Amino acid sequence: MEAPVFIEAKSLVKNYKRIQAVKDLSFTVFKGDIFGFLGPNGAGKSTTIRMILSLIRQDEGDINIFGLPLRKNRNRILTGIGALVEEPRLYEYMSAYGNLEMLGRLSGKSISRNRIMEVLSLTGLDERWNSPVKSFSHGMKQRLGIAQAIIHDPELLILDEPANGLDPKGMKDMREIIVRLNREFGKTIFISSHILKDIELMANRMLIIDHGAKVVEGNVQELLNAAESDLKITVSEPDRAVAVLKDKLGLTDLIIDHEGNIVLKANREHVPEINKLLVDNGLKIFSLTPVNSLEKYFLDKT
Amino acid sequence: MVNLIFIELKKVFGRKRSYIGFLVIFILVSILQAAMWVEGQTFIDLFTQNLQDTFVLEGNLMNGYFISFMLMNSLWVLLPFLVTFVAGDSIAGEAHAGTLRLMLTRPVSRTSLITAKYIASVTYTFLVVLLLMILSLGISSLIFGTGDLIVFSKTLNIFPEKEVLPKFLGAFGFAFLGMTLVTTLAFFFSVLTNNSIGPIVGTMAIVLSFTIITNLNLQVFHVIRKLLFTSYINSWTLFFDYTIDWRQIYLSLLVSVMHIAALFAATLWIFKRKDILS
Repeated sequence: MEAPVFIEAKSLVKNYKRIQAVKDLSFTVFKGDIFGFLGPNGAGKSTTIRMILSLIRQDEGDINIFGLPLRKNRNRILTGIGALVEEPRLYEYMSAYGNLEMLGRLSGKSISRNRIMEVLSLTGLDERWNSPVKSFSHGMKQRLGIAQAIIHDPELLILDEPANGLDPKGMKDMREIIVRLNREFGKTIFISSHILKDIELMANRMLIIDHGAKVVEGNVQELLNAAESDLKITVSEPDRAVAVLKDKLGLTDLIIDHEGNIVLKANREHVPEINKLLVDNGLKIFSLTPVNSLEKYFLDKT
Repeated sequence: MVNLIFIELKKVFGRKRSYIGFLVIFILVSILQAAMWVEGQTFIDLFTQNLQDTFVLEGNLMNGYFISFMLMNSLWVLLPFLVTFVAGDSIAGEAHAGTLRLMLTRPVSRTSLITAKYIASVTYTFLVVLLLMILSLGISSLIFGTGDLIVFSKTLNIFPEKEVLPKFLGAFGFAFLGMTLVTTLAFFFSVLTNNSIGPIVGTMAIVLSFTIITNLNLQVFHVIRKLLFTSYINSWTLFFDYTIDWRQIYLSLLVSVMHIAALFAATLWIFKRKDILS
């Protein structure tokens, strides 16, 4: 049975004067998804996210969230959403606790002291709960941004570039928090990022947009598997292996790299056939790796 | 809504810069009170020099009421700037800081948010005027005592002590109304921009320009003057006329309230349709 639809965007259009920022964009996010939202800078990601959060109005199209039209049910819908839009902007003169207490009170739910401390602990800020936000590093502010998004225990999290500006450790921490929120706490997560590795590691479904329009939407692994990718083969006698592949399979687009590996383009379903052919010809295969990164897929699509 | 107002008040009074207005009033009132303590009697003697040739003036004329009236006249030009500081920053400051989007991703209607922000700004204005009243009227009365009030408002008037307090209450009430109008204007400008300086400069430019036109006694400005709100925000002085012109006071009240309502309605209308891009 298909999971309930959490976000349904239909034919969204947004114009800024003469610039069409979003063009006829439709997509669906299901309950339980970590939905990766990808696109180059200026593709319309932030505009789309702001429309979902009703920070800006779409010129055309409809958004339904939790099965309700956003325009008529804004407050009801926002009760179930936690959001981090671009870099976290918080009240710098207040403490982390003060920010969460204030924003929690606005969420329409009763937020206890224990809940605030629990969220601060989850985001690793419990030791600095009483420090003013202006004394925080960028990474800490980013984590507090996540904390304010989850303080009211929303079902859906909308995170716009949450790992932006973080160092590698900060990015890893952020990734772990997001995956934990999805797996342990059952949050549905809509996440935009230009860090493709993050999406590849976290998301189960994704949408790529470019120039405001949809390029592709679907299951991350299915999309990557269906795409023609590089296949790297470490084999004994690479020259003979190349000759076999050219002769028997008619492959032409293949090279031997500087480490002696054969690199060729192939769909994932052809991998067993290639493997069998090389083994049948008496070649020893040490490794056979499809190199189908999201980065390559993304660059191919945009 | 009460929750939202409380949060907005907490924001206003959680920032150090909000106390600048209180500090400025406290310092200026203290300086002027000290100056009057030192040479107030000389000042009164100069002020009543011509009268003393004709009348016998008895009692303590250099009293707290006289100081308070003087302080109101002196600080009146400064008050719009002080109240604009907070109201002008209310929306534009949050838009600039990026916290406006944080607020608007919560289940809070734009109407409620803008109303709460407005109430917080007006509360600040009320407290600024109240502080001026406490310091100038209350503290001055404690230091200098009370007595009959001698003022020059169109004519030289001397009011018996028992009539003075209601006049001051009316005057401070109207001062609050006038400053609420300035606050509302700054609040209106605050929704139009994403930086705090614009609303402050815009409001002060309008207040000063209108005040100049209002005060220029030229026939050509006669009709325009009636349309400018600055013709009405000084109406607190009407309470110190020899005969209070209640018709003019009611007219000022009506015009001021209409300006406030129109500006707030325009602010709300714009904010409800505004794309939050900051």
